[in-house]
Amino acid sequence: MHPLIEDKPDYKMLLLGNEAIVRGAIEADIRVVSSYPGTPSSEIGNNFFMISRDKNINFYFEFSVNEKVAMEVAAAASASGLRSLVCMKHVGLNVASDVLMTLAYIGVVGGMVIINADDPSMHSSQNEQDNRIFARFANLPMLEPRSPQEAKEMTIKAFEISETVGLPVIIRTTTRTSHVRGPVTFGQINRKTASEKGVFKKDPKRWVPVPAVARLRHKALIEQINKAVKISEESDFNKINGKGEFGIISSGVASNYVIDAINSLNIKDRIMHLDLGFTFPIPRDKIISLLSSVKNVIIVEELEPFIEDAVKVIMVEEGISNVDIYGKSTGILPRIYEFTPRLVREAIKEAMGINDDKDNEQEPPSLSWIPELPMRPPVLCKGCPHRETYNAVKSALKETGRIDSAIYPTDIGCYTLGLLPPINMADYLICMGSSVGTSCGFSASTDHTIISFIGDSTFFHSGISPLVNAVHNRHKFILVILDNSTTAMTGHQPNPGITIKPEGFDNPTVSIEEVVRGCGVSPENIVKINPYKKNDAIKAIKEIILKDELSVIISESPCILFAKRVRPKS
Amino acid sequence: MDKPMRILFSGVGGQGTLTASSLLAQAAIREGKEAILSEVHGMAQRGGVVESTVMIGGIKSAIISDGEADVLVSFEPLEAIRALIKCHKNCCIITNINPIIPFTVDIGGPQYPDVNYCLSKMKETFRKVIAIDADSIADKSGTKKAVNVVLLGVLFGTNILPISRNSMIETIKERVKPKFIDANIKAFEMGLEMV
Repeated sequence: MHPLIEDKPDYKMLLLGNEAIVRGAIEADIRVVSSYPGTPSSEIGNNFFMISRDKNINFYFEFSVNEKVAMEVAAAASASGLRSLVCMKHVGLNVASDVLMTLAYIGVVGGMVIINADDPSMHSSQNEQDNRIFARFANLPMLEPRSPQEAKEMTIKAFEISETVGLPVIIRTTTRTSHVRGPVTFGQINRKTASEKGVFKKDPKRWVPVPAVARLRHKALIEQINKAVKISEESDFNKINGKGEFGIISSGVASNYVIDAINSLNIKDRIMHLDLGFTFPIPRDKIISLLSSVKNVIIVEELEPFIEDAVKVIMVEEGISNVDIYGKSTGILPRIYEFTPRLVREAIKEAMGINDDKDNEQEPPSLSWIPELPMRPPVLCKGCPHRETYNAVKSALKETGRIDSAIYPTDIGCYTLGLLPPINMADYLICMGSSVGTSCGFSASTDHTIISFIGDSTFFHSGISPLVNAVHNRHKFILVILDNSTTAMTGHQPNPGITIKPEGFDNPTVSIEEVVRGCGVSPENIVKINPYKKNDAIKAIKEIILKDELSVIISESPCILFAKRVRPKS
Repeated sequence: MDKPMRILFSGVGGQGTLTASSLLAQAAIREGKEAILSEVHGMAQRGGVVESTVMIGGIKSAIISDGEADVLVSFEPLEAIRALIKCHKNCCIITNINPIIPFTVDIGGPQYPDVNYCLSKMKETFRKVIAIDADSIADKSGTKKAVNVVLLGVLFGTNILPISRNSMIETIKERVKPKFIDANIKAFEMGLEMV
């Protein structure tokens, strides 16, 4: 049995924040889970996927084709009265935001939890947008766990809050909560719903937001989120510690750095710390109570001044003008990248005018003798089929005299590492699926030979509609679909195109070639290559290049790591 | 409660860095101590630098700022040098001496540093530096993959941790696949003897 579904109350286990969320959902009797993988959220889906193949469970799980679909799957489950959870990385919520904004209007019946994993410092992402702003944008309650144990507790609580206010609840983690491992105490698994199906009760005046309905629902949303203010106000996730003359407000992992700084600077008796876990709606009275007890407040939060701005609004509304706020606006803390414990400690020292620091002994010694060190960026694995495809395309371009005019729009996956020398074949990237859409734009605006690269999972995620666009609007480029039969980068999740399947998983395969043909690409302009058969591959690519038409090359060869894991003997 | 301790593990994707940090934290938990870890997942694991931390003694922050590491365990010498910025001068440094040359060296990047020179400078700068050939010890123990357990052995050999050797051995027995237990225990003991 998978350890996360063992019914062992009080058992203590070291869990990743992501695993703790899974455990929380299991304890809360989750019924439907959907996800599209993305670091740092991936282990949530991976664990649900593993567990869902166990016969002892009673929830449905799927890897959906993208985050928008995943959120729609979860929304419908909640509308049918079942508890549902959807998880994604921060940029995934952009994809799902069309659902999010209106789902907030129509609301939910069964509790619905949206797990959103932000990535400050962009450890594995193309941007570090602060998705707390989505909670305010959509008017949905939001919780920010500080530890794996709290991630589990918040997941359980989020279902209850969701059912109380009839809205989905966002749990916003960051890399340092998702990928921190800490002790988590198991609770009871409450299996009250057995395995009955949900029932959808028709109510077009609620569920079908045509303008007349949407107007009513917007009003209902504002009423519901106002109810959440009281819940946030009374929530144990928001706590005031200490009674000192100096105020600190913090949230998420930044709270941990604050607590450690208070301890190491030995300033406990000087600090009143409002430690926030329920950050939207913000607990207004608790903030007013802090503001009326101190003259200075440092606001410690990663990325955008989300709490800082909210505090300033409250100050204006309450006519509080005798408190100085230190934070992003005073430059004491940066708006970019994740914090470190030292950065937070230094900011507190600066704001409080503390000069002596017992931790000075921890100053790094002189390291000027260290020579310039070679970098070690991540690379495509030895023997990775993507390398072979890139090399074959490069050879074909050289042999056809097109190498100098070629540009390479690329996409999100392992193959983005084609950016690095000696391959150097990634020129333009925005987001999932952008290789195809931007190729349309380059085709309309330049005379370059355009060769774009996209993986199989990314193609299903958001490569299909721009390919239809390319056909319809007569764009001219070569799309190379790197089909390695898995979603490799995020940990080998299945996607609709896979032909190699993990044990116990036999969902039908959707043929990429047939999809491409269905998009309207002319059948003679679609070729399949095996990148390891170098000469054949180069020959086929050259023919396609010389056609100068919209074409698709499907380069088929499984990810070597995945093939080794699934078919160790073959 | 034990004195707070920040332990940094550094290595190259695929070397077993995360397993080592996780085993250590489990040994701490086994003794009822508080322990948290931070890990690197995703893109970096494709042959890039992998760093993980283990914090014991009730520290809430899961990452290590510059100059904060009490212990550095590195699986590769270049990555040990790169991680020195995280260490204070009383830090205990344990490093494997076998280089894994990054591809950037071959394409005109900076040269791989002179390991012997850097080791001697490290010994001048830091309180304790232990440099060993963990690969060949692992090989002698019966499994090349036990480099991480050899390094854990060396770490326990220094006696700086508030965790007993026995808890570590029991954790290894519990977490390692049955057919590799003997080799891993041997690797751990050979690591212990290196100090």
